[in-house]
Amino acid sequence: MAVSHCFSRAASAFTAVLLFSFGCVAASHIEDQAEQFFRSGHTNNWAVLVCTSRFWFNYRHVANTLSVYRSVKRLGIPDSHIVLMLADDMACNPRNPKPATVFSHKNMELNVYGDDVEVDYRSYEVTVENFLRVLTGRIPPSTPRSKRLLSDDRSNILIYMTGHGGNGFLKFQDSEEITNIELADAFEQMWQKRRYNELLFIIDTCQGASMYERFYSPNIMALASSQVGEDSLSHQPDPAIGVHLMDRYTFYVLEFLEEINPASQTNMNDLFQVCPKSLCVSTPGHRTDLFQRDPKNVLITDFFGSVRKVEITTETINLQQDSEIMESSYKEDQMDEELMEPLKYAEQLPVAQIIHQHFEDSFPLCSALHSF
Amino acid sequence: MPSEVVRGKRAALFFAAVAIVLGLPLWWKTTETYRASLPYSQISGLNALQLRLMVPVTVVFTRESVPLDDQEKLPFTVVHEREIPLKYKMKIKCRFQKAYRRALDYEEEALSSGSAQEAEAMLDEPQEQAEGSLTVYVISEHSSLLPQDMMSYIGPKRTAVVRGIMHREAFNIIGRRIIQVAQAMSLTEDVLAAALADHLPEDKWSAEKRRPLKSSLGYEITFSLLNPDPKSHDVHWDIEGAVRRYVQPFLNALSAAGNFSVDSQILYYAMLGVNPRFDSASSSYYLDMHNLPHVINPVESRLGSSAASLYPVLNFLLYVPELAHSPLYIQDKDGAPVATNAFHSPRWGGIMVYNVDSKAYNASALPVRVEVDMVRVMEVFLAQLRLLFGIAQPQVPPKCLLSGPKSEGLTTWELDRLLWARSVENLATATTTLTSLAQLLGKISNIVIKDNVASEVYRAVAAIQKSAEELASGHLASAFVASQEAVTSSECAFFDPSLLHLLYFPDDQKFAIYIPLFLPMAVPILLSLVKIFLETRKSWKKPEKTD
Repeated sequence: MAVSHCFSRAASAFTAVLLFSFGCVAASHIEDQAEQFFRSGHTNNWAVLVCTSRFWFNYRHVANTLSVYRSVKRLGIPDSHIVLMLADDMACNPRNPKPATVFSHKNMELNVYGDDVEVDYRSYEVTVENFLRVLTGRIPPSTPRSKRLLSDDRSNILIYMTGHGGNGFLKFQDSEEITNIELADAFEQMWQKRRYNELLFIIDTCQGASMYERFYSPNIMALASSQVGEDSLSHQPDPAIGVHLMDRYTFYVLEFLEEINPASQTNMNDLFQVCPKSLCVSTPGHRTDLFQRDPKNVLITDFFGSVRKVEITTETINLQQDSEIMESSYKEDQMDEELMEPLKYAEQLPVAQIIHQHFEDSFPLCSALHSF
Repeated sequence: MPSEVVRGKRAALFFAAVAIVLGLPLWWKTTETYRASLPYSQISGLNALQLRLMVPVTVVFTRESVPLDDQEKLPFTVVHEREIPLKYKMKIKCRFQKAYRRALDYEEEALSSGSAQEAEAMLDEPQEQAEGSLTVYVISEHSSLLPQDMMSYIGPKRTAVVRGIMHREAFNIIGRRIIQVAQAMSLTEDVLAAALADHLPEDKWSAEKRRPLKSSLGYEITFSLLNPDPKSHDVHWDIEGAVRRYVQPFLNALSAAGNFSVDSQILYYAMLGVNPRFDSASSSYYLDMHNLPHVINPVESRLGSSAASLYPVLNFLLYVPELAHSPLYIQDKDGAPVATNAFHSPRWGGIMVYNVDSKAYNASALPVRVEVDMVRVMEVFLAQLRLLFGIAQPQVPPKCLLSGPKSEGLTTWELDRLLWARSVENLATATTTLTSLAQLLGKISNIVIKDNVASEVYRAVAAIQKSAEELASGHLASAFVASQEAVTSSECAFFDPSLLHLLYFPDDQKFAIYIPLFLPMAVPILLSLVKIFLETRKSWKKPEKTD
C-alpha cells in the first residue's frame, strides 16, 4: 500500500515537473510569439512635416514644425526620409531680432533651427497641390529625390500639420484650403497603392479634430490639439522676439518627446495624455478606431524614431579561394614599386611656353592683317 | 388674339427652345472633362484571372530503372495539376507536365559513372535549358551513382536524379518522387505565399515574409568600408577584385531578375552609434542583440545611399572596430558570439564586423596595415544578399542529397524559383494597381484622363494577359519580362501627375456657383412657358363649354 502510495506521489510529482517544463517552454514560445505579434511590421520610417502659414506673426507654426522635426531627427529618422514643408522663413526673416534661430522656449532656451536643417518645400512651394502630390506620389518626373515620399508597404509614416484651421478645413498660405475630405481621399489613395504600413496623423490647429473625422482607410491613428468648436491656443510670447513662440499642444508634446530616447518603451497611451485641459485649455482628441493594434502596444519610436529590425546572419556561402590570390598580390607588388618613385607636381602654368607661343602666334596674325 | 400677344408668345417659345435645345447641350459639352476610354470590363475581368503556372519536366529513364513492360510504354506525357490553396482572389494552379522518355546512349554512359558530379559534367549540354524547365533522370534502384541511403539528388543546374524501382506500380511511385523533387526545385505553396504576402489577409508578422526586397526593375548595391580609427588601422581592401571575382558572377546569374549596379566607398571616422560593453571573461568587447537596431541610423546619413539612384539600395558595411574596442563580437540572444560576426536588416542591407588580428599589433608601430580577407567577407555578404533577395532554403524531400551552389553562389533553379515568385508578385501588384485606378477614376467623375494614361492602361492589361499566357505555356523568361512590363505600365498610369483630383465640389458649392448664372435667365422663361401652357389649356376647355 505504502509502495503504491509512494509510487503515485512520485508519478504525480513527475507529471507536475513535466507539465511545468512544458509550461515554461510554451510560455517562452508564447512570449516570443507575443513579442513578435505586438511589434509593428514596419522596416522603415518616414515623416512629412507641414507648416501652412506664412507671415511673421505666425512664427509659432514654424517653431512647432521645427520642434517635431528636431525630435524626429534626434530619434533617428534621417533627412532623406523626412519631407519638411515650411511656408515661410522665420530664421532669416528681416523682422527676426536673432537671425538664423527659431526658438521654442521663452528666454531663448532652445533653438530648434539648429545647424542641420534641410527644408524640402519652402515658401510658396507649400501649396495644397504639392502636398497632395507628395502624399499620393503623383509627382512630375523632374522632382529631386529629396522632395519625394518614397515610402513602401512597410513604412510607418508620421504626418504633422499645423497652421490655421476651421471646421473641416486647413488654410494654406492664407489663400487656399484643404478639406478633410480631400485629405481622407489622399490617404485612401496611399492605402490603395500600399504606400504606408501605419500612419500617425497629428494636427495642431483650431478645431483640429474635424480634420480626422472623415478618414476611412485602415491603419491610421490621429491626434488633434482641439475638438470641433474649440480653438487651439498659443503658449507664451517672448518679449525680445515679440511674437508667440509655440502653440500649447506642440509645446507639451515637445517636452514629452525630449524625454524619449531611441531605446525607450513608452507607448501611445502616454502621448494621448499629454496636455490635459488644465494646461492646454482646449481638449486634445485622438482617433484609434481605424488602427489595428492596441495603442498601448504601439511604441512612440514606431513613428517618431527609426528602430530597425535586425537579424543575425547565421549562414555563409562557401567560396573557393582561387589561385587568383597570387595574381592580386603580384599586382600589389607592382603597384608598390610604382609608388616608390618620388612624386612631384605637374607644371601648373608653363609661363615660358606661353610667352614664347604668344610671340610666335602674334606674328602670323599681324602678317595676316598686313596682307589686306 | 391681338398680334402682339401672339408675337410675344412666339418669342417666349423661341427663347425657351433656344435655351433648352442649344444652350443646355452646349453648356454640358463645354464643362465636361476629357476622359479617354479605359477598358473597365477587362480590368474587372483581371481579378478573376486564373493563373496556371506550368513547369515542363523531362523525365529520362535509364535501362534498369523500371520493369521492362513499363519501359515499352515510353514515351508519353503525364500531367499533374494542383490548385494552390491561398486566400487570394486570383486562383493559382500549379501544373507539372512530365514528358517521359528513354535515355539516349550518351546519357546512359554518363549515368553509369562513379558520382553524381561526374555524371553532371558529362551530361552538361551545350545549350542551357530554358528557364523554368527541369530534367529528372531516373536511375536503377541499386545504382551506385548516389550514396546508398539517398533516394534522390538535386543538382546545381536544372537537373535532378531519382532512384527507380522495379515494381508493378513503378510509374506511380516514381511519379510521386519526381513531383516532390520538382516542387522543391520550382514551386511550393510557401514560395507563392511569400510572393503574395502583401495581398493576403493573413499574418504579416512572419520575418520570412517581411525580409525580401520587393520586385523592382533594378537594384543598387553599395559596399562600404567603415574605418573609425585611421590612426591605428590602415585598412586596405581589394574591393574591385572581390567584386569582379565573387559578386559579379553572382549578379550575372541573377541578371534575369533585374539590372544591378555595384559601387563601393570607404568612410573614415564613421562610428557606430552604440558603445560596446567589455566582457572580462574573454577580454573582448561585445554588442548585445538589443543594441543592434540602434547601430544603423547614425551611419546611414553618411552612406549617401539615397543620392545614388531611384532603384532600391542595398548597403553592405564592413566595420573595422577601433583599437580601443578591439576585438568586437556580436552576441546573439543567448549571449554566445555569432560565428559570422554579422547581422542584416530587412530591405536595407547587412553589417559585418571585421576584427584585426591581435598579432598584427606586436610587429609594427601604429598605424597597422590591415589587409582585409575578402573571401571571408564576401562569403558573409553574399549569404546576406541571398537572404535579402528572398532566395530561401528549399523544402527538400526526405533522403535527398542537395548539392551546394556552384562557385557563383546561386543555383539556376533557385533563380527559377525567384522568377516564379516575382512573376506572380508582379501580376498581383499590376492587377491591384489597375483595379484601384479604375475605381478611383470611376468614383471621381471630374478627373481628366489623358490619352497617354489610357494607352499605358491598355498596355498594362495586354501585358498581364500575355504574361498569364506565357506562364500557362511554361515560358518563364518571357512571362517574367511581360510581368515586369505590366508593373511598369500600371505604375506609370497610376502615378501620372495629371491624375490629381484637387477640386472637391460639395453639392452646396455647385448650387452656389450655378444659381446666380442660370436663375435670372431661367425664371422669366419658365414663368412665360407656364403662362402659355395655362392659357392654351383654357382655350381648349372653352370650345367644349360653348357647345
